[in-house]
Amino acid sequence: MTDVVWGLLDLLLILALLALAWGSLNSRNLQRAVIYFIGFGLLLALVWVRLRAPDIALAEAAIGAGLTGALLLAALRDASHSPDHTDRPDRAWRLNPVPTLLSLGLAVALGLAYLQALEIADPQRLAVAVFSHLEQSGVSNPVTAVLLNFRAYDTLLELAVLLTALLGIMALGQARPAYAQAGPVLAGLVQWLTPLLILVSAYLLWIGAHAPGGAFQAGALLAGAGVLLRLAGFPDSHFPAALILRGMVIAGVSLFLAVGLVLMLVGRGFLDYPPAWAGGLILLIETAATLGIAATLMLAFLGGRPAAWSLDTSTTGRIQAADMVRHNTGDNP
Amino acid sequence: MILDTQLLYGLVGIFLFSLGLSSAFASSALLRRILAINVAGAGLFLLLIAVAYRGPEINPDPLPHALVLTGIVVAFSATALALALVKRLRETDDD
Repeated sequence: MTDVVWGLLDLLLILALLALAWGSLNSRNLQRAVIYFIGFGLLLALVWVRLRAPDIALAEAAIGAGLTGALLLAALRDASHSPDHTDRPDRAWRLNPVPTLLSLGLAVALGLAYLQALEIADPQRLAVAVFSHLEQSGVSNPVTAVLLNFRAYDTLLELAVLLTALLGIMALGQARPAYAQAGPVLAGLVQWLTPLLILVSAYLLWIGAHAPGGAFQAGALLAGAGVLLRLAGFPDSHFPAALILRGMVIAGVSLFLAVGLVLMLVGRGFLDYPPAWAGGLILLIETAATLGIAATLMLAFLGGRPAAWSLDTSTTGRIQAADMVRHNTGDNP
Repeated sequence: MILDTQLLYGLVGIFLFSLGLSSAFASSALLRRILAINVAGAGLFLLLIAVAYRGPEINPDPLPHALVLTGIVVAFSATALALALVKRLRETDDD
């Protein structure tokens, strides 16, 4: 009986997922395509829960659906004057035989590899190593243990990738123009939501040691609060001063690196935590990473250098930002 | 039954990957391409999580979970960088 229920749930989830993916790839109207994509991300979060990956479900809902969706909608807004945006008279895309065949071939190869992997899988693999060392990792959430302890090196490099992407974005020009001041309903909602988001973010950071959560989810929620503030018409989303903001952006990578180097100085390996200290060190790194990820995601959403980024006296920046607000009052979606 | 779930979601992941990839090649608008690449990435994430799934009783493999978690964040930052490049391209075209 329960098998039938699960089977039905699987079927519904997959059909809806495929329909939304199809819609986001084929919808003639780009705005509708983006909305389909956001729905696709939210449904994917349910699939992660179904496949017992709650950590990923949290990250998917906050980043995959929420922040990416907001980013795509913001990009649509500044594309609204250009010709390639609007409803296309013909199909959204034409089937091109060579790339289609190549993608199909790649899919078949992946499928064969996957079937083979399922056959030879002794059901344990690296999971056993993770679970048998979990007690020495300083945390009891296995995903956090992998991210911040067993494979900490990968996570350090990943934070560096995030920083590099942001530096690229900052080098490409000014931030998108600010939004007009929101009406009383949205402004009131944002006023209520911002402290709540900060609180939940701190909770996720803390709980990540032994339950689903952690630096990525916490940072994404914090960035979500920043995006909301921006959408409600605060040009700089209450960013701190330029120096502090720059410090926040590099906080994750630099503290992570510092911990690794100090551990080398005291005679252990790079990022090889002493078991007694592991829990504390992981929390320390995760706190810095949360701030860094939040600032990075938020700045990435702006799509360029905001006024608050500039190190020279903030007066010129502020005036520019105020100008931009005035320019765009008629443009708020 | 566990294998069925694993197989089902894994194959859906592969299908999404190839669907996204082929329409990334097929569409001309840059925003559509970025959207399509994101769908393809989501398909690969689904494949990885399906590999990690061990059925309702056994804990899933946390290693692919950690991979996908970092993957989601990297995918967002790559999307943001790509959109910033598109914006810059458009500004250059307008001049």
